[in-house]
This record gives sequence, structure tokens and C-alpha cells, in this order.
Amino acid sequence: MKTYVTNEYDVIVVGAGHAGSEAALASARMGQKTLLLTIGLDMVAFMPCNPSVGGPAKGTVVREIDALGGEMGKNIDKTYIQMRMLNTGKGPAVRALRAQADKWDYHEEMKRTIENTPNLTLRQAIVDELIVEDGICKGVVTNTGARYQAKSVVLTTGTAARGRIFIGELNYSSGPNNTIPAVKLSENLEKLGFKLRRFKTGTPPRVNKNTIDYSKTEEEPGDKEPRHFSFTSKDADYLSDQTSCYMTYTNPRTHKIINENLDRSPMYSGDIVGVGPRYCPSIETKVVRFADKDRHQIFLEPEGRKTEEIYVGDFSTSMPEEVQLQMLHSVAGLEKAEMMRPGYAIEYDVIDPWQLTHTLETKKVKHLFTAGQMNGTSGYEEAAGQGLIAGINAALSAQGKPGFVLGRDEAYIGVLIDDLVTKGTNEPYRLLTSRAEYRLLLRHDNADLRLTEKGYQLGLISEDRYQRFLEKKAEIKADLAELKDVTVHPTIAVNEFLAGIGEAALNGGVKGDAFLRRPKVTVADFERLTGHKLAGDRYVKEQVEINVKYAGYIKKQEIQVDRLRRQEAKKIPVDIDYDQIDGLATEAREKFKQIRPETMAQAERISGVNPADLAILSVYVQNGKYSKVKD
Amino acid sequence: MVQRLTEFDTIAAISTPIGEGGISIVRMSGEEAVTIANRVFKGKNLEQVPTHTINYGHVVDPASGQVIDEVMVSVMRAPKTFTKEDVVEINCHGGIVVTNDILRLLLANGARMADPGEFTKRAFVNGRIDLTQAESVMDIIRAKTDKARAVAVRQLAGGLLEEIRAIRQQILDVLANVEVNIDYPEYDEEQVTAEKMRACSEKATAEIDRLLQTAQEGQILRNGLATAIVGRPNVGKSSLLNYLTQSDKAIVTDVAGTTRDTLEEYVSVRGVPLKLIDTAGIHHTEDTVEKIGVERSKQAIGQADLVLLLLDASQELTAEDQRLLDYTKDKKRIIVLNKTDLGVKLDADQLESSQSPVIATSILQKAHLDELEDLIKQLFFSGIENSNDQVLVTNQRQAGLLEQAKRQLADVVSGLEAGMPVDLVQIDFTGAWETLGEITGESSPDELINDLFSQFCLGK
Repeated sequence: MKTYVTNEYDVIVVGAGHAGSEAALASARMGQKTLLLTIGLDMVAFMPCNPSVGGPAKGTVVREIDALGGEMGKNIDKTYIQMRMLNTGKGPAVRALRAQADKWDYHEEMKRTIENTPNLTLRQAIVDELIVEDGICKGVVTNTGARYQAKSVVLTTGTAARGRIFIGELNYSSGPNNTIPAVKLSENLEKLGFKLRRFKTGTPPRVNKNTIDYSKTEEEPGDKEPRHFSFTSKDADYLSDQTSCYMTYTNPRTHKIINENLDRSPMYSGDIVGVGPRYCPSIETKVVRFADKDRHQIFLEPEGRKTEEIYVGDFSTSMPEEVQLQMLHSVAGLEKAEMMRPGYAIEYDVIDPWQLTHTLETKKVKHLFTAGQMNGTSGYEEAAGQGLIAGINAALSAQGKPGFVLGRDEAYIGVLIDDLVTKGTNEPYRLLTSRAEYRLLLRHDNADLRLTEKGYQLGLISEDRYQRFLEKKAEIKADLAELKDVTVHPTIAVNEFLAGIGEAALNGGVKGDAFLRRPKVTVADFERLTGHKLAGDRYVKEQVEINVKYAGYIKKQEIQVDRLRRQEAKKIPVDIDYDQIDGLATEAREKFKQIRPETMAQAERISGVNPADLAILSVYVQNGKYSKVKD
Repeated sequence: MVQRLTEFDTIAAISTPIGEGGISIVRMSGEEAVTIANRVFKGKNLEQVPTHTINYGHVVDPASGQVIDEVMVSVMRAPKTFTKEDVVEINCHGGIVVTNDILRLLLANGARMADPGEFTKRAFVNGRIDLTQAESVMDIIRAKTDKARAVAVRQLAGGLLEEIRAIRQQILDVLANVEVNIDYPEYDEEQVTAEKMRACSEKATAEIDRLLQTAQEGQILRNGLATAIVGRPNVGKSSLLNYLTQSDKAIVTDVAGTTRDTLEEYVSVRGVPLKLIDTAGIHHTEDTVEKIGVERSKQAIGQADLVLLLLDASQELTAEDQRLLDYTKDKKRIIVLNKTDLGVKLDADQLESSQSPVIATSILQKAHLDELEDLIKQLFFSGIENSNDQVLVTNQRQAGLLEQAKRQLADVVSGLEAGMPVDLVQIDFTGAWETLGEITGESSPDELINDLFSQFCLGK
């Protein structure tokens, strides 16, 4: 192919899914001249699988993206058709928002935002090669021969990299949702020395809404109480006309059909070699692995307002089409369902993520960043979170500035990236709340308090929004001080109230914070019983209540975080030569060489490294200096 | 999964060779060293004493109020210390049991058992030791850590490993269930309620308690069961002592001078190590009929884990016998009716109310001494349900971690009682699980997630 030289950019982002969209927007908003290339303009921020955003851990990521000045939260707030707060019966650390998206609106809205962002060019193209000189990435070459120069490049190939779709015995080269796959880029990455591996994921069939018998299903409506993902969205704009989801179940007949046709599933016939996620198994995997369960839940989720397509959630399959039809028709409510698209499995290339640093820059090629599903994750939110970090760092790197990293104690995004680069992953990685050791501190409700200052410093938060954020912080502080100041007296009203909620009566006066520490007492109760009005809106009061009620546990986690930070402060020199360190066990030496931990804290998190190796390393690396053991 | 970050723990260890020398030193290093020492110290407020001072007082168990030992405590604040951290050294009287007790108390009050070479490592990392010593320090760490691990694994090879694994698995199953409830709220999996978590915590606590009891037995196994031979003059104490210390049983025959002057002698009876207390006193009081003998007996009884009370079968019970019977009634004891060869005026039936095993013997004629030995063995293992499959926690570090896990489980229960949600209380619940993992050496962060996905069917 004859190439031609075209424009120069500061940052080029390859791929415009959830990761690429965030990366490009962040870079452009940070003032960098940015080019966003995608194989299909009609697939920008498309949801090839479930039409929903958020949920436990993931919902917190969306709020973190918003707090840093990213787009996902705002975009879903403009395009949701149902909103629910999950885990309301549990503690504040694990509450989570989830929205059902109109996936077509979501795509269009994100595309419009990208099109109207200054410094940002959106173009359809297939990238075949990277321009790499002396270990530094300097641009990309497309299949039409265009050579784009850039100071840094972000790759977000999703499931397009050498994608292959499987439906029963049928399989063919394809990106998600029957789009064009990216084949040459993978070959180029391998030539550059990157280690790629195959992962697999899948999606269920879609059926026509008009052919579902909803009387045999259970309705799951949205919440009445307003809640949005973005801290900038207004309660007043909350959608009152929400669309419901419905739930039904598989049954022994469904399982029999599956079992009788297992030999036709590429999962079991051996056609698929990629590793699938345990937490997102196909229905055939569930039936095989949990043979004792006589039913599995199925969630029927609308794909949008302007379509009758219904996503058959939890019914992901790569069975042949005729078997999928039999399976569907065996389910209560779906007896006469018309299938509009069959489910499929897709195999794709990922880059083993230990080849990256915490800024998501590759260790091998400088100024080259990767993000999203390509790094071995699964899920729109995980992709978007990485995209934002990669975009920020590509922009910083283009300006010659130091990188931006979030710690495990600062954000779920930090946990996600640290897990990837420290431990790698053997299956598509999904965030779970149990992966975050400080989850009481990493709540969805305090994402702004954790991150908005950082977003502002990066130039991603407007002055106006920053001022409102500072006001909120001040109000929380004032309220906490006031609670310590105001005494609640054991009046008849107070003790009657306490008796009513099953709490012990007050014997003498207590301070407001002690009163509020009682599990069932709310700020509203305090205000009503004392006549003291606290400053701020319900979100301010929510912070006050959580901070007072769970102070003991918050303190425990803060002590742990303090230790973590001190250990993170022990930097390991980038040019350390692990072969020079006597006494390291072979496994530890190999792991250290492969992962090249940046701090002692990270080194401790590497699996297969025992305490003696860490002790030796810490003796060798003495707070950034290191001792020359050998001449 | 909380990263352990043990680097900032306050560490403790016995820094003198066990059982050698008159004084033992228990050393602590770390930010909390002075605070922790102060918790178990009765005397001056150590948090307020000047640095590099030695302070007289007592080590007292804050839980029971029991005085453990009379001690001198050195307080040395950072940075002019061996490790450049706050260092506290507790000088105690040197007995194995007392020194171990002090260490155990420090571990129970917030210190962590130091890893091998850890004081040296800290000294190095904090820049106290010259860099040229790096290589040898690393060698020491490697050697000591590997050796310690081999030893620990050997000790765990018995049932302990399995027992702790079983407790961890119970906790893990509940943990995984809690996580599933959080991450997959819309699935119809069983909800972990406060009751369920509490029941699991209490069950685990009971099992840990049982293991800790065997920790005490483990101590005894290594140090010997402190045994007092008591009885009024001329009842045969000396003969019994001679029998027990005869050459095939004696472990220590001449420590520091003549046998007659030693305070303690070690013997092995049917595999049970006995530390015979105040052997000099036994001979002394046999020889001279005087009051002081009884007082001396009382002291020995006070220290004893086991009392062998000798009575003269050929005579009626005397008032002094009765006093000794009363005085030892709360002790683990065996009543030995000696001198059956001289006729029997006192038999086991008359002593039924003592609720203690009674053996009628003639030490002189070596009659029924086998039965006595059997009885000692039975009594020793009586607290342990199956003596062939005994689970002994013989390591202070393990016992310390068990104590820590127990405290974390107590926090779980009190959190639940205060109405805190299960997913918050789980912070302590997870902590207990991780602490137990330190004993078994299994604390893989993926363990929980693996359990979660093998137990529950989840996902789209």
C-alpha cells in the first residue's frame, strides 16, 4: 500500500468504544489536538452486549469517571430508560446505581458529544500498523495508506482484534456485532514483541418484545427516588416514565435441550480456545457446572425505546441457531418468542496486561497506551475507566508531563489497573467489590470527594463545577462540626422516638454525633427532634450521616490506607537489575523481572513472591537508593 | 483482601536464648512499642518516661489482672536505637514459662511476632547498619526464614493445619456468600443475615478457644508439666522423687551443682515431661521435721500444674494431711497412698470425697508404681479428647495469631450487636480469615473470588 502523509496530532486514539471515547474526550479537553479513529462510525460507544450501565463496583467506577471529568455518567444520565439503586438494604459501601440504557440513544449522544468537542476529530479508519522509532510510538498507518503522526497513541481495540464469532458449528472472522475485525494490527503488535493471548466472551439472543408473554414473568420497575450517575445531573430532571425489565427462569426442559446438544456447542467441541470469564458464563456452562440447579434466572431487558428488541439477559450462548430457538421456546413467557438476533461467542486478542505500567503505557514501546477490553477486562465501565486514565496519560505524555495514577485506596479504577498490571489476568477481568480492600472508603456516594480535586487539577473539571464542589465540602465540614456541638436532650419526644425504633432511651444529654451514631437514627430525625437545621442538600446530609455512623470502620480502613501509602512511598528504581540481587528465589526473580514493580507495596502484591524475597528486595532497595552488592 | 503491610507492625520476640541464663529479655520494636508495653505494665506510665531509661514494675495481664512477673523495662525511643524505631526491652526472671507468658501478652495486646532476622532487617532498612553488611544480612534472612518456615510447616503437619483450614473454610463460605449478595443483588441466592454471620463467628471462636487451650498444653509439652510432690514429713516424698529421677527417667541430672541443690528436675514419665519443682525442698523437709516445710510446700503447690499428694496408708488421716488436701483441692492432683506394706488404715474409699484419683502403693517395694505412671499420663492428656490425634499449638506466633483472629471475631459480634450492616462488619470477618491464613501460610487474594465462583452460579 502506498502511504501518504497527513495531519499531525498530539494524541491519536484507535477505537471509539467505551474506552476510546473517554480517552479521546479527556485528551481533547486537556487541550491536546486529538484524532479518534474507529472502524465504524455507527459503532461509537456502542453496547454490543447488555443494555445497561452500572451495578456493584461498576456503578462506582461510572461515578469516579464523572468525578474526574469523564463522560460516561453524563451520557447515561441523558439516555437511561430505567434507574435503580441496588443493595439499599445493605451498608453504604456497597450501594450501587444501575441504569438500563437506550443503547441507540447512548451511542448517538456520545457520538454527538465527541463531534462537538473542540480539538477532537472523529474519523472512520482501520489502523494496520503503528509507527515506532527507537522504542517510541510516533503515529499510526491506516489500511487506506494514511500516515498520522502523533506524540502519543492510545489503542482500544475491544473485541475487534482478530475477532472471531462462533454460533454452533459456524464461525467466521468478525468484530463485535458483525463488524469488520482488526487483523493486521495484532500482527504488528506481535512483531513489535508484545505478548498477546486469546480471550472469549459471549452475548445472548435478542427477541421481539411483541412476542413475549409477560404474564408469565415478574416485573422489575425502576426507582421512584431520583438518583443519577453524574454529580452534575439534577434531581428535577429525573425520568418519571421509566421502562420495566422482566424476570423469568429456565427449567429442566431447557437444561435437557442444552445437555442433548452440548456436542454442538463450540465451547465443548473444542473449537473455542479462548478463555471465558467465570463470572459471565454462557447458559450451557451454567447448566453443566451447576447441574444440581433446576432453574436459572433470565432477565428480559429492553434495548431501547425506539426498538422492540429485547435482550435475553443471563442467556448468553454459542449454540447453533436452531438449538437457541428450542432453548428460548422452553422458557416461561418465551414460548412463542421470535428471535431477532442469535446469541454468539466471540474470541479476540488481548495484550497480557503485565506489559503495562500503572499509567497504562506499555513498557516496551514508550508513548503507546492501551485500554479497555484489549487489556483483558470485560464490561463497559471497566473499559471507560481505563480509557479515561489512558487518555489523560497520553495527553500528559504528549506534553512531557509526569503520569497520573490512581491508588488502590483512591478509586476502584485504581484497584482495577493495579490488579491488571501487577497480577495480570487469566480470564476477562471484571471488577467486584471484593477486589477493593478499602471499599468502605471507595463508595459511590463520595466519588466526587475523592477525585474531583484531581479532575480539576488535570483541567477536566470546569471552574464552575469546582466551586460547587468546594461548597459541598465546606457544608459537610460545617455540619459535622455542628453535630459535635449540639446536645440532644432526653426529652419525652426523643425517648418516645427512640422507643418507637427499638432503641434504648437516653439517660442524659448526648452530642448530636453520638445520637446519630445509633444505627436507625437519621439526620432528618436529628433535625426534627432538636430543631437544628443542618446546611446542605440531601447529598451533603448523606455524607454527614455516613461519616458519623460508620466512623469506627472508616477509621480502621484509614489506618490500613496510611500503611499502604507509606509502603507505596518506597519506590523501586526503574533501572534495578534483579539478576544482581543475591538470594532471590527463582520464581520471585522472574516475577520481578516481568512485572517490574514500581513500589515495595506493589512488589508485595505480586503472587508467588514470599516474605523472604520481599525482605531481601527491601534491604537491597533502600528507599530509592540501592546498595551495590557486587562491583 | 487487605494487603498485610507488616512492615509497620510493632514486632516482638524473646531476644535471649531460651532457658539459659538468669535473665530473659523480651524485645519490641515499632511505633506502638511503648504503648503496647504500657498496656501490660504496672509501674510508671511508660508513655511519659524519658527515653533511654530503665523502669521497675510488674507485668500484669490486663484481661485478668494477674501479675506475671517482676520486671525491669527499658524504654528507648527512636531514632537512637538498634532499629531506629521505638524499642522496649522487658527484662524478666528468665523462666521459660514466664518469658513466654510475657511474649504472649504482648502479642495479645497488639504486637506481632517478629519474623526471623526481622530486627536486623529493620535496623538495616532504617539505615542503622552499614550498607556493606547487606549481603550477609540477606543471607541471614534467607536462611532463617526458610528454616523457620520448614519448622513451622513441620509443626503444622499434625492436625492443626487441618483444623485451621476447616475454620477458614467455614468463614470463607460465609464471606463468599456475602460477596455474592453484594455483587449480584438481583440473584435469588440466600442472603447472609447478621444471625448467620454471628453464628459462624461464634462457632469459629469456640474452635479457636479449643486450639488455644491446646496451646497451653503445647507449652507444657515443651517445658514440662510443673509437678509438686507434697506431703507431711516422712511420708515418702524423697523415695518417690528418687524413683522418678532414677537414671532411665531423668532428663536433667546435674545442672549447676549437686543434684540435691537443684530447684527443678526434669523427668519423662510415659512420654509426659514432668518438671519436678523444689526438689531440694523435698529432701530438706524429709530430713528435718519443721514448720518451714509446710510453707515451702505451699509455694511449690502454687507453681504446680500437677500435685502428687502423698499420704501414709498405714496411719489415720492427720490434721496436716487434711490441710494439704484442702489446700490442693483445686489442683490437678493424684493422691498417693504410700506404705501399704505397713498395713492399711487409710484406703481409697475414705478419700472418695476428694474427687481425685487415688493410688495405693508401696514405693519402697515398688508396688503399683506402673499404675501411678499410667495415671499421670492419663491425667495429662485428659483435657485433650483424642490423645493420639492431639492438636498442639506449640508456637507462640501461632498462638498470637489465634488470639488476634479471636479478637477480630469478637469485633464482628459486637459490630453486629450494634446493628452494623453485614457488609461492614465483614471488614473484621475478613480480617480474621486472613489472620488464620497467616498461620497456614495460605493467603492468596484470589482464594475468595475462586470460592465465590465455584459455589455460586452467576452472570449473564
